Amino acid sequence: MRSHTIQLMLRERFRDNAGASLERDAKRYFQIRTGKVRTSKVFTVVTDKHEGEIREFAGKALKDPLLHDMYIGDLFNARDYRRYLYLGKLPGVTDDEGVSAQKTFADFFHQAPADGEQFIFTSELFYFEQALEREALETLARDMLGNPLINHIEYGTPKRRIDYVPTVRIESSVRIRNLPVGLDDRELSALSEKMLLSLDLKEMQAVRKYYLDENTQKLRREHGMPPDPTDCELEIFGQTWSEHCKHKEFNALIDYKDLETGEEKRIDSLFKTYITRSTQIIRERFEKAGNNWILKVFNDNAGVVKIDDENVFIWKVETHNSPSALDPYGGALTGIVGVNRDPMGTGIGGGKCLFNTDVLCFGSPYYKGELLEGQLHPRRIMAGVVRGIEDGGNKSGIPTVNGSIVFDDRYRGKPLVYCGTAAVMPMEYRGRPSWEKRIDPGDRIVMAGGRIGKDGIHGATFSSLEIDEHSPRSAVQIGSPITQKNLSDFMECAAKEGLLKCSTDNGAGGLSSSVGELAGISGGAVVELEKAPLKYPGLQPWEIFVSESQERMTFVVEPENTRALFAMAEKFEVEVSDIGYFTDSGYLDVRYRNKPAAWLDLDFLHHGVPKKHMQAEWKAPRLKEPRGLDADHNDILLKLMGSLNIASKESVIRVYDHEVKGKTVVKPLMGTGGRAPQDAAVLRLYHDRYTGVAVSNGIIPRYGDIDPYEMSAGSFDEAVRQIIAVGGRLPDPEKEEGIFWTVNDNFCVPDSLYDPVRNPDGKQKLAKLVRMNEALFDMATFFNIPMTSGKDSMKNDFKKGDIRISVPPTILYSMVAKIDDVRRTVTSDFKKPGDIIYMAGKTYNELGASECYALFGITGANVPRVRKEDAMRVYRKMMAAGERSLIESAHDISDGGLAVALTECAFGGNTGCDINIPVTETGPLAELFSESHSRFVITVRPENADAAEKIFGSDCRKLGEVTSEDRIRIRRGKETLIDRDISLLHAAWRDALRT
Amino acid sequence: MQNKEMVKALVVTGFGINCEEEMAAAYRLAGAEAVILHLNEIFEERDSIHRYDILNFPGGFSFGDDIGSARVLANKFKFKKMRSGKRFIDDIREFLSAGKYIMGVCNGFQALVKMGLLPNTGGGFEQEVTLTHNDSGKFEDRWVRCLIAPENPTPFLSDPGMHSIDLPVRHGEGKLVIRDENVKAAILEKKLNVMTYADAQDRPSPRYPENPNGSELDCAGLCDPSGQVFGLMPHPEAYLSLYNHPGWPKKKRECPDISEEGEGLSVFRNIVGKAGSGQQ
Repeated sequence: MRSHTIQLMLRERFRDNAGASLERDAKRYFQIRTGKVRTSKVFTVVTDKHEGEIREFAGKALKDPLLHDMYIGDLFNARDYRRYLYLGKLPGVTDDEGVSAQKTFADFFHQAPADGEQFIFTSELFYFEQALEREALETLARDMLGNPLINHIEYGTPKRRIDYVPTVRIESSVRIRNLPVGLDDRELSALSEKMLLSLDLKEMQAVRKYYLDENTQKLRREHGMPPDPTDCELEIFGQTWSEHCKHKEFNALIDYKDLETGEEKRIDSLFKTYITRSTQIIRERFEKAGNNWILKVFNDNAGVVKIDDENVFIWKVETHNSPSALDPYGGALTGIVGVNRDPMGTGIGGGKCLFNTDVLCFGSPYYKGELLEGQLHPRRIMAGVVRGIEDGGNKSGIPTVNGSIVFDDRYRGKPLVYCGTAAVMPMEYRGRPSWEKRIDPGDRIVMAGGRIGKDGIHGATFSSLEIDEHSPRSAVQIGSPITQKNLSDFMECAAKEGLLKCSTDNGAGGLSSSVGELAGISGGAVVELEKAPLKYPGLQPWEIFVSESQERMTFVVEPENTRALFAMAEKFEVEVSDIGYFTDSGYLDVRYRNKPAAWLDLDFLHHGVPKKHMQAEWKAPRLKEPRGLDADHNDILLKLMGSLNIASKESVIRVYDHEVKGKTVVKPLMGTGGRAPQDAAVLRLYHDRYTGVAVSNGIIPRYGDIDPYEMSAGSFDEAVRQIIAVGGRLPDPEKEEGIFWTVNDNFCVPDSLYDPVRNPDGKQKLAKLVRMNEALFDMATFFNIPMTSGKDSMKNDFKKGDIRISVPPTILYSMVAKIDDVRRTVTSDFKKPGDIIYMAGKTYNELGASECYALFGITGANVPRVRKEDAMRVYRKMMAAGERSLIESAHDISDGGLAVALTECAFGGNTGCDINIPVTETGPLAELFSESHSRFVITVRPENADAAEKIFGSDCRKLGEVTSEDRIRIRRGKETLIDRDISLLHAAWRDALRT
Repeated sequence: MQNKEMVKALVVTGFGINCEEEMAAAYRLAGAEAVILHLNEIFEERDSIHRYDILNFPGGFSFGDDIGSARVLANKFKFKKMRSGKRFIDDIREFLSAGKYIMGVCNGFQALVKMGLLPNTGGGFEQEVTLTHNDSGKFEDRWVRCLIAPENPTPFLSDPGMHSIDLPVRHGEGKLVIRDENVKAAILEKKLNVMTYADAQDRPSPRYPENPNGSELDCAGLCDPSGQVFGLMPHPEAYLSLYNHPGWPKKKRECPDISEEGEGLSVFRNIVGKAGSGQQ
């Protein structure tokens, strides 16, 4: 075996786009003048083929005959280029392109496709015209092109050869250790810390009690287990009882004190009290009316609702924040392909992914402040995350239909990356209800997809001190959309053929989580770890069990179906392995080469975690409204259009494929030239019918600075009104309407566990979380819109020494509603000059925490409040007007208020508008820029005006009409408030966010 | 007509191809029978392309665009031995000799180009052009106006009423680069540049974003000299319904009786009609 390097370089006659943008960005962001830059790709092939064969392979299979110069062995002779920079991948880091090269190698040499160890590695090699100093090269390597967590970096004066090969070597013997459990409290805490179990003392004590229990000891003896826990067992506790898997804080006992009212209450689990209970109440209302569309909530990978008699709709939204802070590209990509596996692995599994939706929270890409060690610049985080979502969605053939980006510098430490995926699954597979999970003793456990490496063991807590040059990197994971695409194609086919009894994904916690949870259904499982395929040898049994290597599913397969399943897997080139079977023994029994690795009572494992007890105290912030702002309304509008939260996200939207599958009807940008931003996305479910869904997102974190209750309620309302704007219908338990609504709630909050030293304001933070939950309950039960799944992320702080950057408490409501006929949906753009413009809903003096106040650095006090009854009435009138096709355009009024909404409607239509707002005591600033909820800008044909006014009554106000001029004019009585060219506003809006 | 067999369209899939569903839907709407088949079924010879009239390579990200878009897929077609020992490309040669049709969209077009099926001015299945990174340096999803060359040699675009068509492009590597002046001259002479990016007045446009990638000859689609092979970067299968168009609400307002059929469907109707007429 020897290694050969093949370098491919764009011929000089072609423009090196990547090189040119590198040159530009180095100058723009780091003031480094690189001179001309050339980029190239290097393939390092470790093989026993001789050089002639390699040359032939490279020339015929790798090189593009038109584009590339090729160098084999000796690298490009870089006389005009005085420095080079080489970016390889660290051992064990996903190298998809290397895997693809191996596949083409196998085709070229007529070999069987090689699973298993990697032998072709890809890397990048850059050449710079200027003789850059070490410091500049280091900056380019670390802060622009590479990431020390995933890249091997070399630079200097160009040389003829680079010999780096990222082979994984692990120098340790494979064994199962026993750890003493009869420790005192201090030693217990130390053990948890040392093993990175993240279990607190109370939890460690519960584990100790389990092992010291006489009955446990007797049973362990009888079963041939040592009295002390094995390393694998403790790791299983660490994983199963983790915050991520058990949601201990959302299930904690909370003592809540409202210091404003003196009210005190005890909440036994936020999750049960507010989330599952609200859904339960709603479900009962519908079922009482004989309307059973809520099929499965909270107890599978994703919630399930009924579309029609043939299909069900499954979806899940979750977060991938910490990994995206470390490696934005890999973190976001893994987030997307990871959440794809939730609907894929719900019930029997094999649902076909319908869309992705992604909501992102970043610091300003123009942030100029200091960065802490290990903290990436928000610009870099954003670029990486967007690229991860691009690859995650586009390469999987799943349209990314909408999303949102929220900018606030408090997200500069930890970005929030919400990834959501929906799928459609047949109602039944061969007579079995698809959404149910049934497992019987004797069913086989089959792992499918990627192989297991050290990826993601203990996630980000892995200490860099324990890593040497050849240790595989475990802190970061990079997803492989192509591996998963093959896997999902396979699953869809296997499920249809009835070969899957059920399935689940291997995400956080790996096999320990997937098998551990499934074993709870049958009552036990036996796992034979040596049968699980590894990326490289040397993994400890516990590592195999808890590894979070991506693109893996766990299937439950009836023994008589394994042969057919394995044959089908071969066709799809998906690796499958039978790694054990289910039992009803009551135990999770894990073995490695016939040696016991773990033997745990499933009941204790799943229900033995001690309840947390937390304290919450609410005190309203002391805030005041400003005395009145002396500013020109024209200027405010122009600045608002160019402010980050309002500005066009087109540069991001267009890199996502939002219409693959040909089902997207309302895309993120519509109208003439695709200029009009839309509220909810609308998709068809089938190619031959017009039934569809509307998808929306509600998120307004800045309102939480005044009142987290109103922030949560307002976010919920925002999601509802976006769907109403496109023509959705509210659910009504009294009527069988054949529709569904489903919500995923996602809480992202800073550390809310009170500690007098570490987290002195923990009680206040927890109180905010409680209030957000109260609003969730009130809104959901009022509108009869149920949560069907969701997630919480509890520690969104970036810490370095004494400095802590915490995210503002944030909730995202992601909502989907069924649309009977997508042809009747409505877009936001004005359709025709002469149409009459109305505002539905009412404006209040609610500029608190608005985008307008943010321009002046003011918070204010009057946060927009949701008036539920009014909202419901306005929405029902929107529905009534929609049913009679009276509405030509509708846009929900949110960030920036009425003036911004009108401007956006005008963009899409290539129109202008003439508006006259009545003189009210609300005042001009609030009339224009207040963000009061539950409002819309709608247009109506002149001939339909009477009919529309009759429906809306006092719930709408005529504002003016659509014009053919490039101008927005807003008058209030005799006073002109706004008079501006639309094209000027459009330019500000279009150009503010450049990526 | 009871006694006339339906035209059969084969849509291949696997390895990251992801537009097979809408491609099959397009053929069904155009009145053909459409079968989606994993490529390994063909390589294993459990089915054969010769049972079909039209062979289709849909869009997607085969092998994640690694080593250049569709490179690994094209290698598979050129080098991999099928069960009986022959190569897929030989199968394709035979298929074309039988007078049948091949279409490639986006990633499928890239594969046809890299296999040498397009433009194939020399007739030897040699790669004469390539499709590479857009001048913008990024993947983009946007709708473009495409001008259809009058008197073009391919039955895929034979409808005399078709002058131009709006279609979405969704690619990062769609820029057509031509090997040399000889190839360029042959493309022009044989009228193989059958679809070009155009401005609102239906004039070919080299300007971004009308020409979304910087293609030479503003080329959006090519055919081979026989017209039997047609490939394009824009997605006609993504415009089967009026409601795919970003301007549909306005179109409907302006013309309440507008057809609910998308303009992209005409490409499929053309070829199904042609394949059907040649078959009786």
